[in-house]
Amino acid sequence: MLRVDNLTKSYGGVKVTRGVSLDFPTGSITAMIGPNGAGKTTFFNLISGHVRPDAGRIVFDDQDIVGLSSLEIVRRGMARAFQVATLFPSLTVREALAAAVISHRGHSWQVLSRFPLQSARARVDELLDLMGLISAADTLSSILSHGDQKLLDIGLALAMNPKMLLLDEPTAGMGPDERWRMIEKVRSLWEKQRITVLFIEHDMDIVFKIAQTIHVLKYGAVLAQGTPDEIRGNDEVIEAYLGTDQRLSEAVGEV
Amino acid sequence: MRSRLRRDIVVGLILFFVLFFLPTLFPKPALRDFLIYVIAYGLLAMSLNLLIGLTGLVAFGHAAFFASGAYTFALLMQSGRTSIPLAMLAAIVGTTVLALVIGAICVRLKNIYFSFITLAFQMFLHSVILTWVSMTGGDQGLQGGIPRPVFFGIDLNNARTLYSFCVVTFVLCLAIMRQVSESPFGYTLRMIRDNPERANFLGVNVVRMKLGVFVLSGAMASVGGIVLALFVSGAYPEFGFWTTSGEAIFMLMLGGTQLFLGPLAGALLLEALNHYITIYTEYHGMVLGVVILVIVLGLRRGIADSLFAYVTRRRRGRRIDDVKRPILQPTKNEPA
Repeated sequence: MLRVDNLTKSYGGVKVTRGVSLDFPTGSITAMIGPNGAGKTTFFNLISGHVRPDAGRIVFDDQDIVGLSSLEIVRRGMARAFQVATLFPSLTVREALAAAVISHRGHSWQVLSRFPLQSARARVDELLDLMGLISAADTLSSILSHGDQKLLDIGLALAMNPKMLLLDEPTAGMGPDERWRMIEKVRSLWEKQRITVLFIEHDMDIVFKIAQTIHVLKYGAVLAQGTPDEIRGNDEVIEAYLGTDQRLSEAVGEV
Repeated sequence: MRSRLRRDIVVGLILFFVLFFLPTLFPKPALRDFLIYVIAYGLLAMSLNLLIGLTGLVAFGHAAFFASGAYTFALLMQSGRTSIPLAMLAAIVGTTVLALVIGAICVRLKNIYFSFITLAFQMFLHSVILTWVSMTGGDQGLQGGIPRPVFFGIDLNNARTLYSFCVVTFVLCLAIMRQVSESPFGYTLRMIRDNPERANFLGVNVVRMKLGVFVLSGAMASVGGIVLALFVSGAYPEFGFWTTSGEAIFMLMLGGTQLFLGPLAGALLLEALNHYITIYTEYHGMVLGVVILVIVLGLRRGIADSLFAYVTRRRRGRRIDDVKRPILQPTKNEPA
């Protein structure tokens, strides 16, 4: 689905992404981990077209997408949810989803019909159901709970019918219960919707539980990649990343 | 959805009948003249609100399109070769093209840069009007009056007919603007207002959408200019001066930007202050200043918005303060 070759990006002499080459097969679910500042979010910005790489190739769905705008990349089927849920405060959940569906179908220019379009209704209900937001459908998105905002953020991305979904810390800032609810949601999306998923996550329990493959970044370069078992046993990873935090290494040890 | 459409139609009809028959109930020419000013400046303010309230684009140079409509219309009529509807159409189309050119440059800029480049274009147009004396009459304005030939049996030399014509035009423009703001396009503009970056990641072409609403808004402002030119039988450089844009922004501040008819309330209030304070005092600027201060500092938003917030709170017990944006707050940064 997505293949990245030798991706490089610097900001004023600081190399934030150093020759990253990674492969994300169709239908896979991959976690990206690494200490703060490892370049995970930059990697997302690079592949989603928000930031242009200095060098390297990004092949998405058999097409080179380097240099395409984020708009064109979204239209090719790569959708993204953000670390801090970024929503539309004055729209209700239903309105925001309907606007996203309308945008995806290329109906944003219609001025003679009324919003929300009748034709978008079924899809919006489906997305509400999928994200478990039916009871919050008519709430303004700015007064939703934190967890529901993150769910809506993902719902908006799903409205694009993506082939690949990028999730930047889907469980950030959530309590333990909410966190597992969210990750179950992500897992069921991956299983049922057949979407290729790439997510950034700090909680090792979650990473080891649901990821098929784990990529570890450090200082902008790939430190290791492999299955959860391989990563767990990788001394370099434990030392460089997990080893710096006693609590984390314990968590890894327990799993 | 259907009920909202029905409600819009009912409100539109009420507005139409009230405006249409007010001069019948109070047959004073002064009231009619006053209402035509409200219509002309109301169109300017409401079209500006498509940018500010709906899309979050704070344009400071909106009077450029008001003046463009007025001058194009007046010049065409003075040439004596066109009928009124044709000249109106040509003035709207001409302004649309102008807005397309100016907009194509402006909408790429954000926040204060956008505001000031629109102002720059307006002052450029104003300078052209002032210096191109042979065409525009310079600072004297277009002299000699605008002929009002009869078309389709409608004689706009009759003051009552002229008024009715203005009301019909006004309500028609309002219907267009209302439909647009309630359409998928209108809601896409709300997405852009709330969060342009996220809208971009949801497949919205932010720049093109902004250009679209910029052009529409310019075209609607030109209708305001046409109405005013038709009424005062001339066109003056003040139509395109920055104070005219400033007045439109005052109207938004007084009336509010959240409700569709808010700017109209602001236009009504500001025109009332302009017309009636001058009768009683020569310190009209001071009274105006105090009223604006009271509303901006006291209510912290336009009158219509305050009323709406109050009613909503009473009805639902829900706070909307933390949801609705304050007047003229710049939007978030967006991707380049």
